[in-house]
Amino acid sequence: MDLSRKWLAEYAEISADSKAYADRMTLSGSKVELTRELGDEIRNVVIGRVVSIERHPDSDHLWVCQVDVGQPEPVQIVTGAQNVREGDIVPAALHKSLLPDGKKIERGKLRGVKSEGMLCSLSELNLDTHDFPDAIDDGILIFTETDGVSVGDDVRTVIGADDSIVEFEITNNRPDCLSVIGLARETAATFGVPLKLHTPQVRGGAGEIRDNLAIEVRSPELCPRYTAKMVKNIKIAPSPKWLRQRLRASGVRPINNIVDITNYVMLEYGQPMHAFDYACLGGGKIVVRTAFDGETMNTLDGTPRALTPDMLVIADAEKAVGVAGVMGGENSEITENTQFAVFESANFDGVSIRKTASALGMRTDASGRFEKGLDPENTLPAVLRACELVEQLGAGEVLDGVIDIRASAFVPTTLKLQPERINALLGTDVPREFMVKTLEALDFTVDADDTVTVPSWRGDIEHYSDLAEEVARFYGYNEITPTLFDVNAAVGGFTARQTAEREAGRILRGLGYSEIYTYSFIGTADYDKIGMAQDAPERDSVTILNPLGENRAIMRTTPLPSMLDTLARNRGARNDDVRLYELAKIYCPTGDILPDERVIVTLGAYGDCDFYTVKGAIEAFLSAFRVPNPVFFVGTALPSFHTGRFAYIYSDTLDNGGKPIGLIGQIHPSVAREYDLPDCYAAEIDLADMLDAGAPEPKYAQLPRFPSVTRDIAVVCGEELSAAEIIGCVTRAGGKLLRGCKLFDVYVGAQVPQGKKSLALALEFRDDDRTLTDEEADNAVAAILAALDSEYGAGRR
Amino acid sequence: MQEKLTALRDAALGELQIADSAKSVEELRVKYLGKKGELTAILKQMGGLSAEERPVIGALANTVRSEIENAIAARSAEVDAIELEHRLKAERIDVTLPGKTPRVGHKHPMSIVLDEAKDIFISMGFTVAEGPEVELSVYDFDKLNIPPNHTVREWSDTFYVAEDESVHLRCQTSPVQVRVMEKQSPPIRIISPGRVYRKDEVDATHSPMFHQIEGLVVDRGITLGDLKGTLNALVGKLYGTGTKTRFRPHHFPFTEPSCEVDVECFVCGGKGCRVCKGEGWIELLGSGMVHPKVLAGVGIDPDEYSGFAFGIGVERMTMLRFGIDDMRLLFENDTRFLSQF
Repeated sequence: MDLSRKWLAEYAEISADSKAYADRMTLSGSKVELTRELGDEIRNVVIGRVVSIERHPDSDHLWVCQVDVGQPEPVQIVTGAQNVREGDIVPAALHKSLLPDGKKIERGKLRGVKSEGMLCSLSELNLDTHDFPDAIDDGILIFTETDGVSVGDDVRTVIGADDSIVEFEITNNRPDCLSVIGLARETAATFGVPLKLHTPQVRGGAGEIRDNLAIEVRSPELCPRYTAKMVKNIKIAPSPKWLRQRLRASGVRPINNIVDITNYVMLEYGQPMHAFDYACLGGGKIVVRTAFDGETMNTLDGTPRALTPDMLVIADAEKAVGVAGVMGGENSEITENTQFAVFESANFDGVSIRKTASALGMRTDASGRFEKGLDPENTLPAVLRACELVEQLGAGEVLDGVIDIRASAFVPTTLKLQPERINALLGTDVPREFMVKTLEALDFTVDADDTVTVPSWRGDIEHYSDLAEEVARFYGYNEITPTLFDVNAAVGGFTARQTAEREAGRILRGLGYSEIYTYSFIGTADYDKIGMAQDAPERDSVTILNPLGENRAIMRTTPLPSMLDTLARNRGARNDDVRLYELAKIYCPTGDILPDERVIVTLGAYGDCDFYTVKGAIEAFLSAFRVPNPVFFVGTALPSFHTGRFAYIYSDTLDNGGKPIGLIGQIHPSVAREYDLPDCYAAEIDLADMLDAGAPEPKYAQLPRFPSVTRDIAVVCGEELSAAEIIGCVTRAGGKLLRGCKLFDVYVGAQVPQGKKSLALALEFRDDDRTLTDEEADNAVAAILAALDSEYGAGRR
Repeated sequence: MQEKLTALRDAALGELQIADSAKSVEELRVKYLGKKGELTAILKQMGGLSAEERPVIGALANTVRSEIENAIAARSAEVDAIELEHRLKAERIDVTLPGKTPRVGHKHPMSIVLDEAKDIFISMGFTVAEGPEVELSVYDFDKLNIPPNHTVREWSDTFYVAEDESVHLRCQTSPVQVRVMEKQSPPIRIISPGRVYRKDEVDATHSPMFHQIEGLVVDRGITLGDLKGTLNALVGKLYGTGTKTRFRPHHFPFTEPSCEVDVECFVCGGKGCRVCKGEGWIELLGSGMVHPKVLAGVGIDPDEYSGFAFGIGVERMTMLRFGIDDMRLLFENDTRFLSQF
């Protein structure tokens, strides 16, 4: 809401400068975004009278004017405009002047002739013919007698630029403050000055409205009140300057007197109004009803609109003539030829207006106000004010009577003041008298028995806590003493799971991975890009019905696309050797209303690394969370991954009840190419599954009292066998004496037969109760070798 | 014999003086004191001595032996020290060469701020509550007293998942308040950090997904003064004790009275600058006393209990804290950016 300080002054007289006004209004709840001093944009431009004008000696299009600007001597100004005549009253930008577009004017010479400034056109003053209807677009602004200007006047006062515009951010609950009167009331209460309200006076006498118009409200639930007055013998003309300037200052473009009056009243009273051309209302009737199935109409902006039966329209006997509360119809708009008009001042249901405006894709100033819920008591004063202005402007003659249809009588809200309770909520000791004074300043009434009657425009006040806010904002939030509740009354802390999440990040950073934050939504094209099968169940995603774009239309069921995108962006930035992790959710539909939101730890890496770099990090990570014996199962690789470099991660062997907790692999080269990435690697761990699989807090086990015996063996086996298979066999055959089996070398080459490989294993044997003999260790090794031979045909190298 | 012994001693001590390595000292020990050494050779001749001479020579021999032994030990220590000195000289390295640094990853700046805020509230007796991001509108709107005509319900503002508007991506962390209050009776003291979604195009100060920290305290006798005290404590810990705050009336459907909290601009100290857009204050968070309707809606008697709630934008706090001028950086995850934290 843009408020003109000059307009405000009609209702509340205050002397505060812009800064003080903004500060105090902000602290009493009407947030000032900024204040624009209109005059700041224009400097040293004055009204001048052209005393004489002659052709420039060296130009066929320039003119040399002597201009009386109220100084002892006329100044000489050269102009290129062709519409200036002797005696014309014009705006003259003098030496060292400033124009709204930032242009600075200084004295100079034009083709050798001295010029002390510049004569200005409408556009050079940031105006158009709506502001000065008698002026022309293409030439110098020539003032007329009706403009009432005198030589030497500062042009700012003439064009209404001697004003400050205060831009307020009005919260949703206060549509009453989207008006000059509403803000004036807040201003008056804030500064402790009287609010000077005005009661419209209408002479009327041009006939009786009911002889001309009938109104029927068929949907009273969507239209709690419909108020109309009529005006005849209309003379469409430009509005007077003062009115045009008020509209301009409020950011509204002047059109003509009748339309300007509706806009003026909307700004002043906060009540949207509409004017219909009576000649276009078939049957002399207005019907407020919902649209018929398949009904269409053109709105004022010339756009055809398809209406639906849940939309409220204003119709005549036959056709819709306006979308209620949103925009009038083209078929009944006020034109140059309008002579007889109906002023509509109605109250509509906010939800209905919101839905209609949203469905039609046109939020207008009116709909934006209606959807917040307006004061039904405001329709009559507003329409009377409009009629008063019609008479004041000589724009037409007002008919007697008003048609005013309301669904129910207004019953004001009443509340008990409860000063102790308000103080208890605020933690204050505000006297009752202050509370009463504050509420009365806002036009509440307070009875002797503390019954508060809420004014009709304060639909937001329903409860004692609402009254507490009214008190607090004028008492001053900053006057309330800060206190602390009893901090010791409860023990705070993280859950085990929350601690684990934080720990997970700490470990991963220790392992060299940096944390990333990516968007939860992706696009289906991302599933294609990572090579996900068309029939993969993971394609079933929570879909956003109104996404910002196709690339942000679904909630991800896999963290992989976000990670690959991030790796690719880093690659694009020429960051080499990148290791990243994300700890964030995926959203898996379950058949229930809400999806299963699971936290996934995702690792991604490219650069100086390979599969085992990432696997090592995962192993260290899992070990930190006491996953006892993670198993990397070779399985059919997901399509995003290299078929030969992929494993599912289980918490333990299947025999020991291991559960899937994640996966790891090299990204499939074709997928990597899609992202313009080199060889890169990724792993995912489901945090909850991993924590479930983690061993409980360990109990201390006694340190070994007897030394262990170590034996290194090299086993030659088929190249296709996995290390896990060989180690599994060794572990089973080693019995209880075998305490450790570490693979320390893999060899393929000339020293072993074609198709074979050699695995070097360090074996550790130990007994808890005695020192083992070499012979016992040798026997154990022999048993292991025998098992390797019989199970895999593997022998010692 | 006496002369032989003293001559032996003198020779040994003399030679030790010039022995310059552990090896030559050891050779001298073998030469003089070894089984086949010179002292042994002399002592072997003791058999030819008279009974009177024998103890005298014997005593002298022992003296000589211990003198030589002491000298060897002393010289040995000296030589070791010299050798060690040589070794240390030879092993000198360029300590300014780069170290073998294990790679350490970086914490995202938002996590830094989030963790810090969580710790502050934990220390004030809060616990951390969590809730779904794909949320029922009844929790994110209806039970928060957001009226049916509120603009936040517009399809231009909120991401809907269900055609009938019953499910959407939560546009605030406040539904967690409702979920907690439905399950837990007062005293309640929670924060709830998490992702929220609003239909804003990405630019330097907007993102369709961002993070909030919700806070909620419900108990008997909780006041607006308590809200101020708590938030002042937070601001003091985040931005330094004594950082000025300003409480401004505002409107949120789920709190009444409501306020927005500004902190004095820490760039210009309140004088007005580019960061605070000349206002001298920076908007930090929204808060208020929990609306009685919200309390009643979850079965908490508003006549008995009161509470306050607040919501803080994490991106904003992070950007202010580290002087980050473009929100997009937070979600681009360029390692040149991440490695600064």
